Amino acid sequence: MISQETIVPGSHESLKTDELLINMGPQHPSTHGVLRVVIVTDGEIVKTARPEIGYLHRCFEKHSENVEWGQVIPYVDRLDYLASMNNAMGYSMAVERMLGVEVPRRAEYIRVIIAELQRIASHLMSFGTYGLDMGAFTAFMYGFRDREMILDIFEKISGARLLYNFMWVGGTYRDITPEIVEQIRSFLTYFKPKVDEYNTLLSYNKIFIERTKDVGVINLQTCFDYSLSGVMLRGAGFKWDLRKDVPYSIYKEVEFDVPTGSGEMGTLGDCWDRHIVRMREMKESIRIIEQLLDGIPEGPHRAKVGKIIKVPAGEGFSRTECPRGELGFYIISEGGTGAYRVKCKSPCFLNIAILDELGKGQMVADLVATIGSLDIVLGEVDR
Amino acid sequence: MLSQDSLVMTSVDEVLSWGRKNSLWPLTFGLACCAIEMMATGAADYDLERFGCGVFRATPRQSDLMIVAGTVTLKMASRIRTLYDQMPDPKWVISMGSCANKGGPYWHEGYHVLKGVDRVIPVDVYVPGCPPRPETLIEAVMMLQKKIRVTQNTLGIFEPRKHA
Repeated sequence: MISQETIVPGSHESLKTDELLINMGPQHPSTHGVLRVVIVTDGEIVKTARPEIGYLHRCFEKHSENVEWGQVIPYVDRLDYLASMNNAMGYSMAVERMLGVEVPRRAEYIRVIIAELQRIASHLMSFGTYGLDMGAFTAFMYGFRDREMILDIFEKISGARLLYNFMWVGGTYRDITPEIVEQIRSFLTYFKPKVDEYNTLLSYNKIFIERTKDVGVINLQTCFDYSLSGVMLRGAGFKWDLRKDVPYSIYKEVEFDVPTGSGEMGTLGDCWDRHIVRMREMKESIRIIEQLLDGIPEGPHRAKVGKIIKVPAGEGFSRTECPRGELGFYIISEGGTGAYRVKCKSPCFLNIAILDELGKGQMVADLVATIGSLDIVLGEVDR
Repeated sequence: MLSQDSLVMTSVDEVLSWGRKNSLWPLTFGLACCAIEMMATGAADYDLERFGCGVFRATPRQSDLMIVAGTVTLKMASRIRTLYDQMPDPKWVISMGSCANKGGPYWHEGYHVLKGVDRVIPVDVYVPGCPPRPETLIEAVMMLQKKIRVTQNTLGIFEPRKHA
């Protein structure tokens, strides 16, 4: 961060310029969707950066009140379209808790394997686009090349490339075959050394480090004040992962570490820390999948819930660790074939709120680095 | 056979259309899920640039193709119109995905979703799918290129478009 004094030492009063209001977005290559940031600048220095959202409000909660329990899942997929599997898993878990259904163990295994693969795909996307924001086009190409391999696997199990409708209430919609297990295994063998390669290519690149270190620093207290979660929180050095601390599904049976930022390149909680946490999480996801692949038990892949699901009246809540943070679903049922209300607590909405706090005093170019490191998906911010 | 001093007879229309169809510059304009598939089309595996359509520009003033990729909300509709007006003529629009075509899954209850981007800007090619596969988008681009290929009156002043 460069303050005004360091640019023009001693003479900044004579050089003071008028404030300029700039609209960044809604069409802007580095806002990752249709985010609009209203920036007030003083020369190159950002004075305020207010995110204005709502350009992708797709009425999720209204839809979930008007369709049946199972039909909500396609809409849940479209919330965070880079991590559809994780979203649908969270929603299904909430409905299962209300139904009191025990998910078969085979389904739990498939779910966790697929969710971790989705996490890798999502982080690869973040790696690629963050490289693109910082002016490294190669990272984008490499990230997408490997992501396509995961999408091939997903296409084989669900028939779709991006929005799968695969996680279902009571388990998964379809079963996986031994060929798919083999394909996942060969992908992991291929992908394992790639993470280190990408770290050498981008994360430890001198130019990249200079662009991201000491930029957009979040300290821990700010994290708590803004209720941040996921990589934002872990990047600031706080070890909190729902998979570890409030384990759901079969996460307590697998071994993995929770990577946190350490201020390796500059200050603790800067953009580089958040980037490296994502890269390290990919390695942990590989570890989790490898432990589970060998021991997938036989049995049904879905509990018997019936074609038309009727959920008893009451309330249900679930929270899961998505690639972007804690995703919560709070559901109220009146005993019908559809929900009375579904409230979605989305991590991106809370993560984007901190932009104004981070943007103050930054250069305009650093603001791009900061937005990229938040890794937001506007579909989930606006819902 | 053509030799070095051969003459080729053709019309100005033919040459200009041929040039335009092979250098489409799309606008970097992603709205929602379809934008990810649009990016995948431009990235390593599918490589849209093979078809003479891959120089994604960040500003509408340098681009001649708008790929409306994703759900158009009411708040976004007027901005899309502004972006379209900022593009220089001749310009084309591909409506990608069910949402941009007709509202898609948000047709019934989507109180904040525009039911088709063709209500604000004229559309040349519609691509079905939710989201369409990259191959489908490539097919749409090729279809648009066929349309540009037969465009007449390329030098003349363009007739004002009939706006929706």
